[in-house]
Amino acid sequence: MDAGFFRAWVAEIAAVVETQRDHLTQLDAAIGDADHGINLSRGFGAVQAALAQASAATPGSVLVLAGSTLISKVGGASGPLYGTAFRHAGKALGDGPEVDLPALAGALEAALSGVQKLGAAREGEKTMVDALAPAASAFSKAVADGASPTGAFSALADAAEAGAQATIPMQALKGRASYLGPRSVGHEDPGAASTALIMRALRDVAARPAP
Amino acid sequence: MKKLINSPETVVTDALSGLAAAHLGLAVDVENKLITRAGGPTAGKVGLVSGGGSGHEPLHGGFVGYGMLDAACPGEVFTSPVPDQMLAATKAVDGGAGVLHVVKNYTGDVLNFEMAAELAGDEGIEVVPVVVNDDVAVQDSLYTAGRRGTGATVFVEKIAGALAERTAPLGEVAAVAREVNERSRSFGVALTSCTVPAAGKPTFEIGDSEIELGVGIHGEPGRTRGALVTAREITATALDAIAADLALTGDLLVMVNGMGGTPLIELYLVYNEVHKYLTGRGARITRNLVGNYITSLEMQGFSVTVCKLTDSLTDLWDAPVDTPALRWGR
Repeated sequence: MDAGFFRAWVAEIAAVVETQRDHLTQLDAAIGDADHGINLSRGFGAVQAALAQASAATPGSVLVLAGSTLISKVGGASGPLYGTAFRHAGKALGDGPEVDLPALAGALEAALSGVQKLGAAREGEKTMVDALAPAASAFSKAVADGASPTGAFSALADAAEAGAQATIPMQALKGRASYLGPRSVGHEDPGAASTALIMRALRDVAARPAP
Repeated sequence: MKKLINSPETVVTDALSGLAAAHLGLAVDVENKLITRAGGPTAGKVGLVSGGGSGHEPLHGGFVGYGMLDAACPGEVFTSPVPDQMLAATKAVDGGAGVLHVVKNYTGDVLNFEMAAELAGDEGIEVVPVVVNDDVAVQDSLYTAGRRGTGATVFVEKIAGALAERTAPLGEVAAVAREVNERSRSFGVALTSCTVPAAGKPTFEIGDSEIELGVGIHGEPGRTRGALVTAREITATALDAIAADLALTGDLLVMVNGMGGTPLIELYLVYNEVHKYLTGRGARITRNLVGNYITSLEMQGFSVTVCKLTDSLTDLWDAPVDTPALRWGR
């Protein structure tokens, strides 16, 4: 996987976030402040614009630039959290022009630990961690077990989606939804939902035939 | 959605342009969303920076000026600003005595200000953050992101701003900011929802005869839904919640704040109930504010904030202030 692959991933995220913008915002309206889709759409739009201007030629530099742009342009909690996720993932990928599946698995684990350190969230607290943690772990396991790329990326996206769905019965303990207490139960966490979309975008880009 | 806007995307920048045109005592960088005092930093004075999502006007930009903030960074509507803005603000107001960040306790604000403080530290500017968390509606801070920062932010900015104006060192300015926060409590009530321009739909649905008790400043839900009862009963519920957490005795600074869509006649009516409740329990309201100071777009409703004063806090409250939204003594 080269820089082009990661540029394609980010482009796919931007497209998906755009089509799911209102859905994400509605999820946020139910238990937050109704801006998640709007913010991510603005953020990944800015990432697209930044990448179009930049020569970022390695997978790591593409993700670091994406993360820095999210931190600079999004605001809210999602800006620093997603920005940190992409930056940590990018740094973990290093300077090489190509990365393999184990390197990507390490990058996803690095993204997770960055998010957890900044947001102080653990699994089960109804946050993006509930989608990212199972996704990273499913991907690492699939790669370690010698799964095919298709199998590993499917495991990643499926685990993220299942993780997002599993937030529905949870009571939020972190972030703005936590103010609802028991009333946060019964709603999918918007951050977990957007993380699932981002993981699905990675699977879909990986499934495309090589150019 | 009916709003006086040109487009949902330009609400914040269009309003900042208006602020710039209306208040020549402010320097407004519309593109980078930064409001500072015209005339630059005051040498030897601690700089005060605050910021947060837009939609709470006059907070924070309306409190930039002599005796209060040195800079404010407005984010998108209800969205925390970004570290770049806060860093630019911090650099712009640093007069060599360090900078105080006044941060409302919301996950986004806290994370972005943390990143900005780290960046400012890298550039050699001493930054001390003070997190405001006065909202008693959040009962169980062990199981939440903690109490939210609401009305006490106005008190913190005014009182810490007054002390900074007297060229007190950063440690003392931060200490008085924390003291005000610790001595203050708030509770908010919403009668209607509000609509984020870019979302186009109300943030929450609420029936004609329902109210949201303990609402936050973004229309995020509070403790419970209740029935629309009399102002006397609603006020008592709000003050009971505060009194359960802070003994309401002695000299008090009280703010009855409109959420943006509440007529002043109703705010004074509520103030009357607040006054009767507190004086009936032996407290004295020695200073007050009645009006729109920390709003939630066009939401109907109010919040009440109480601060237990000391002589020195009263003295700092009375000190001259000259900002678009708060002005006396000068």
